[in-house]
Amino acid sequence: MNEIPPIQGYVIISALLFAIGLTAVLVRRNAIAVLMGIELMLNAANLNFVAFWRYHGAERMEGQVFAVIVITLAVAEAAVALAIILSVYRRFRTVNVDQINLMKG
Amino acid sequence: MPQGYEFFLIPGLPLLAFLVISAFATRKQDEELAPAFIIIALTGSLVLSFRALMMVAAQGELERTVPWLSVGTLSLDLGVLVDYLSAGMMVVVCVVSLLVQIYSIGYMRGENGYGRYFAYMSLFSGSMLGLVISNNLAQTYIFWELVGICSYLLIGFWYRRPAAAAAAKKAFVVTRFGDLGFLAGILVLSALPNASFGFADLAHRVETQRLAVGTATLVSLLIFCGAMGKSAQFPLHIWLPDAMEGPTPVSALIHAATMVAAGVYLVARTYFLFAVAPTALFVVASIGTLTLFLAATMGVAENDIKRVMAYSTVSQLGYMMMALGVGGYTAGVFHLTTHAFFKALLFLTAGSVIHTLHSNNMWEMGGLRKRMPITAITCLVGALALAGMPPLAGFWSKDEILTAAWHSKLAGHQVFFLAALVSAFITAFYVFRLWFLTFGGEPRTAQARQAHESPWVMGGPLVILGALAAVAGVLKKSVPGTGQGLGELLSREGAPEPFSWLVMGLSVAAATGGIALAWAAYSRGLVSPAAFNRRFPGVYALLKNAWYFNHAWELFATRVVIAGSALAAWFDRHVVDGMVNGVAWLCGRVGQRLRALQTGQMQFYVAVLVLGVIASLLVLVTRETPKLTGWWR
Repeated sequence: MNEIPPIQGYVIISALLFAIGLTAVLVRRNAIAVLMGIELMLNAANLNFVAFWRYHGAERMEGQVFAVIVITLAVAEAAVALAIILSVYRRFRTVNVDQINLMKG
Repeated sequence: MPQGYEFFLIPGLPLLAFLVISAFATRKQDEELAPAFIIIALTGSLVLSFRALMMVAAQGELERTVPWLSVGTLSLDLGVLVDYLSAGMMVVVCVVSLLVQIYSIGYMRGENGYGRYFAYMSLFSGSMLGLVISNNLAQTYIFWELVGICSYLLIGFWYRRPAAAAAAKKAFVVTRFGDLGFLAGILVLSALPNASFGFADLAHRVETQRLAVGTATLVSLLIFCGAMGKSAQFPLHIWLPDAMEGPTPVSALIHAATMVAAGVYLVARTYFLFAVAPTALFVVASIGTLTLFLAATMGVAENDIKRVMAYSTVSQLGYMMMALGVGGYTAGVFHLTTHAFFKALLFLTAGSVIHTLHSNNMWEMGGLRKRMPITAITCLVGALALAGMPPLAGFWSKDEILTAAWHSKLAGHQVFFLAALVSAFITAFYVFRLWFLTFGGEPRTAQARQAHESPWVMGGPLVILGALAAVAGVLKKSVPGTGQGLGELLSREGAPEPFSWLVMGLSVAAATGGIALAWAAYSRGLVSPAAFNRRFPGVYALLKNAWYFNHAWELFATRVVIAGSALAAWFDRHVVDGMVNGVAWLCGRVGQRLRALQTGQMQFYVAVLVLGVIASLLVLVTRETPKLTGWWR
């Protein structure tokens, strides 16, 4: 497969993915859904890494390595975030982020 | 150890004695030991000072330094500079100090704080020697302040007496005015490129003309400010008469022979700066002349024996300053030396009288020549020396000053000469008024009838100082250990001023006239001072109140200073504090408004963050558009 498909498609999909994730983070009340939005955004970034790596000739491995690192980070982040959400649930009996406003100044 | 470093011990020994006395000899049962330490230390310093003098004669000037601290390119050293000026001055300081300490054993016996007294005296002697031997201005300033604090401590030695405490404070505050100028002078020097405080460096800089005349004038005037405070020059002279509240040996050592002469010494030390600044020289000469004349007249109407001598000291310091100002460098330093001897002598004789009578008022004395022959004769020697009668020491030095003023190239030197000549007459008058009132005539009180001669521990120093006051004039022809006269040793510009029979005749005539008038008025009663006072009450009041300088300063302090302070306080309270409070108020109000943004809603924060990132990206993109166009093609 020597023919490289044009990069625009990847970038547009990645942008859509990022926007969907951001929307979820901004508008969903459920903390779990917010977390899922973050995962989407991370994966949008991953898609960009891999696409640009391929587009730039694929001699060097940075793009792929970054993607792998981001996946690892995402897993770790999800574990920590779920633990926090669990503990928040025990404390407030809810995972609705609107009702958790102890940071109010 | 390389040669020359032993001279650090000259100030070092008395400072060590200070520590030892403070640590071991201030308790009541150990106090008797205190004078032993200081006398041993001063003897050591005296021997070393003589050695220094002979070394200079054999090998020329000598400078040794140890680095102390360096700031950027500026390095401060502790150093000793041994030349004829410093070595000679050190010998004078050591001799007078040693004799005063011996005298103090008798004078201060039984006083509370006997050990404390000798501790302060050692600190003073060490600081004074450190000031003299210093090789740079910064070190001079340190010791300058040290002698100032010793002066404060010793004037206020009887601190339970309100007058003594007030006098100490006055001396400290008034000299501080001058010291501020001195410090400013040092700071100006430090701001120059390749700044250095060393006297040798500065002299070299002046010689190679790398110092602008304006800078030299500014620095020398600022240094002279310090000298004015320390040497009690007009208009900062008001502290010295009050300083007489201290013990008399303190007055003799600090306020007659050494510390007050430090100002003159400082000007002499930095004379290379003054020499290239004619304006500064003129100021020095004018201030000196004003001081010598005003102070001499103030001495005439004073009844306190020590205050007469204090005014006399101010006046004689004025003579020295005037000599330096009109270019008589040698004359000024010479008078400094002879004055140290005869004025210390006069103060010690006054102390001897006060010690037995417990009174300072000359009208409560009289006829003491029969009861106290040694004191009377030595006082007569000192008085003749001060008046400038040949062949005593004061004659030679005063004559040299008058000659220098006569031959000076400075504008208005005739006025300086005339003022000095008239003041020589007044000097002779007031000092013999003092002598006749104290020792002449008949006893005027019961105490005076029962006066007794002081013990030998006090009489001995009087006799030695009397001898020195009588013969110190030979220094003009030959300084011991060098075989040359003071003039040849000190002068940098060749031969000293020519001897003038006319000037000498006038000087002797003035002195004789003054003595004769005093004799006529206070011994024979041919002229009545009381009648004069009735005839010219204004003149008498003016002199009696010392030209109202204290009143003028008090007015200045209470009106100008307090008004200025009130203005500054208002400014501080309303403008400075207002600004600070205003900033606080503004922050509070802004915070009140901004706290609405802290909703506690995590998603709101994220939204703001995203908007921020988008805004930043937009800015970046619009700025970098030329580079980014075609990026997606």
